[in-house]
Amino acid sequence: MSDITIKPDEQVPPAEVPEMELFHSHSWWTTYVFSQDAKVIAIQYAATAISIGVLALILSWIIRIQLAFPGAVSFIDSQVYYQSVTMHGMIMVVYMLTAILLGGFGNYLIPLMVGARDMVFPFVNMLSYWIYLLATLVLATSYLVPGGPTGAGWTLYPPQSILTGTPGYDYGIIMMLVSLILFIVGFTMGGLNYVVTVLQARARGMTLMRMPLTVWGIFTAAVLALLAFPGLFVACVMLLLDRLAGTSFFMPAIVEFGEHKNYNGGSPILFQHLFWFFGHPEVYIVALPAFGVVSDIISVHARKNIFGYRMMVWAIVAIGVLSLVVWGHHMYVSGMDPTFGFFFAITTLAIAVPTALKVYNWVLTLWRADIHFTTPMLFALGFLVTFLNGGITGLYLGNVIVDVPLSATLFVVAHFHMVMGIAPVLVIFGAIYHWYPKITGRMMNETLGKIHFWITFVGAYAIFFPMHYLGLLGIPRRFYEMGQTAFVPDSAHTLNIFITVMALVVGFVQFIFFYNLFHSLKNGKPSGGNPWRAASLEWQTPETPPGHGNWGETLPVVYRWPYAYSVPGANQDYLPQNMPPIKGEHII
Amino acid sequence: MQQSAEENVEWHRQKLLRLIADWSSDQRSFKTASWRKTMMWIFLVSDTFIFSCFLISYMTVRMSTAVEWPHPSEIFALEIGGQKIPLILIAIMTFDLITSSGTMALAVNYAYDKKRKPAAILLVATALIGAAFVGMQAFEWSKLIHEGVRPWSNPFGAPQFGSCFFMITGFHGFHVSMGVIALLVIARNVWRGDYDVGRQTSYSHRTGDYEIVEVMGLYWHFVDLVWVFIFAFFYLW
Repeated sequence: MSDITIKPDEQVPPAEVPEMELFHSHSWWTTYVFSQDAKVIAIQYAATAISIGVLALILSWIIRIQLAFPGAVSFIDSQVYYQSVTMHGMIMVVYMLTAILLGGFGNYLIPLMVGARDMVFPFVNMLSYWIYLLATLVLATSYLVPGGPTGAGWTLYPPQSILTGTPGYDYGIIMMLVSLILFIVGFTMGGLNYVVTVLQARARGMTLMRMPLTVWGIFTAAVLALLAFPGLFVACVMLLLDRLAGTSFFMPAIVEFGEHKNYNGGSPILFQHLFWFFGHPEVYIVALPAFGVVSDIISVHARKNIFGYRMMVWAIVAIGVLSLVVWGHHMYVSGMDPTFGFFFAITTLAIAVPTALKVYNWVLTLWRADIHFTTPMLFALGFLVTFLNGGITGLYLGNVIVDVPLSATLFVVAHFHMVMGIAPVLVIFGAIYHWYPKITGRMMNETLGKIHFWITFVGAYAIFFPMHYLGLLGIPRRFYEMGQTAFVPDSAHTLNIFITVMALVVGFVQFIFFYNLFHSLKNGKPSGGNPWRAASLEWQTPETPPGHGNWGETLPVVYRWPYAYSVPGANQDYLPQNMPPIKGEHII
Repeated sequence: MQQSAEENVEWHRQKLLRLIADWSSDQRSFKTASWRKTMMWIFLVSDTFIFSCFLISYMTVRMSTAVEWPHPSEIFALEIGGQKIPLILIAIMTFDLITSSGTMALAVNYAYDKKRKPAAILLVATALIGAAFVGMQAFEWSKLIHEGVRPWSNPFGAPQFGSCFFMITGFHGFHVSMGVIALLVIARNVWRGDYDVGRQTSYSHRTGDYEIVEVMGLYWHFVDLVWVFIFAFFYLW
């Protein structure tokens, strides 16, 4: 317990923790490859995640081409189709979004934003990345094994995921499960680092309630991940045993192709409970960092403090807590005890309260603000709209009685792509445009950025908005082809072709972004240390890009919250967190 | 009586106020915990969730299986001197592991007193008792395997008995084994006095203190505590 008393004349309590000892690299290998610097690890994480994300993007084209032009491309048979659906889902949710938001942005921003020299356990942090890379490689290698990757769907539901009829029965499913177990082990190492750094390694003056919302979002997401990934870990271990050792954890007595399988008495629903105990918090592991980042982008580019900062923090925490008790809404049609549906519907709809509160606060931040329509801001605004849209369809799906007819249709696909596909991806783009100057010292090209934004944003709507309608028609998800089906009108097929064309366009536009990313590295306009005139701590580093140890000789001292924009009486429109208080300032 | 109740309330009030003060302060939220101790606690919370998921899964399949669950007091009985004694091996194993918690706690105490030799001896003793636990577990495994229990089948009833037994005790035994290795490494470091001079070794932070012994202790007591739950849910139910 602290015994420090703050004298009235002292603004900030004295340092409690001695300086951390950094690992100083001596060679190229330990500086850029086996680096223990969180910033390098962040870039490694992000680069790996984006690379595997490109694979997922190409897989989505395969899915869309098959749906719009069944049989037109000869190599897309049903096996390839199901493998593409599975790998696209798993890569995007786990290997791309989780890794880039926590491993990428978490590693880069947490130490800089809380004023630390590095993560608290740099070696463990490095290990976390290499295990993540190994997990990604194992996953990608499943394309090279006989039978290819698993085609069980990203939820990997047994019994079908480990029966011979499913593509990738031989090795694909094993590779997938091993890869997931590795990912969880690696992620636990990273997650512990993020949580402890936020709790125990902040700068002088940096209280929890002076942290940027980005840090709050990533921190809560990391806590959630540490509590939710155990569910997936256990599910993977048990499914692996069912597949390899012939146990019957998830497998009931079952007859396949007339052959009585050697399984007996397992519970397939148990897998669904374990999977979704991970799977639902996972949505918020992806969404909460996005919430945080978007709050910061909006505040900086609207030159206004975030509206209701404390409410925003408590909303993040409340969403995090609630997200652990809603998993059953993925299982309304699973045969789970129907009375559970009542409980899970209520908790699910309760999440709408803190979430709506956040949306209101973002809108109120924009209200009468000095909005600069920069590329990051456009992406943040795009997020607001897509997230609101996806959230509203979530209300439909959260109610048992509405969900039952809609489940397993394209309505669900449209919903979750809006809310946890498009929305976080827009934020990731916005965040890259926003922090690129800090990472490289150069600006990204604004014109290319705006082209990228408008085609991505409008294109995403063109893809997923009609999909709601297809879902309401009752078109099921995951079907390889519809064939001659009476209830599907011809117009639905036309719409399917439209969606596919838009998906191809949006996919290709991402290469403009990649061009911009690499081109600006050498040719971008030099940005200086703080091109957006932002107040939070990461923009106040002595060097840009920040050097090893982030802060040069002395650690920063924090005097105010990170949203001091347009402060009355100040002679500039923002006050950096580490600037001593000005006369008569009301310190928050 | 009246006064002591008021004092009690006041004590709790002070405690709560300090907690709030710590959490609304800068730099650190847990004022007395180092980074590694904080990390170990948070890791243990995460690990608790893993073990909970395992145990809840075990309970679920025990309910879902169509075959009778074998009676633990019979299947875990040992024949000693022509008599079947139920749960005798588990009783010894549990006693053994809880004893190791005692030696661990003593080791922490001696380490903070900078009495290196008794601390190192007690750490080695803890490791040996832990290794004995793993040894007895191996004996129990081989006995059950000898009797025909397999992860996929079980002559005494539900096949899930074997699956759960090998999976859960295996996962716990893995934790104990990792702990034994870490204990031996730390015992060596304590014996050599690495933590006095703050030398860079495995499990040291160059801070020159013996806190790592306590962090090790946290892990070890956790592994013990988990065993108590496995014992209760698996062997006594």
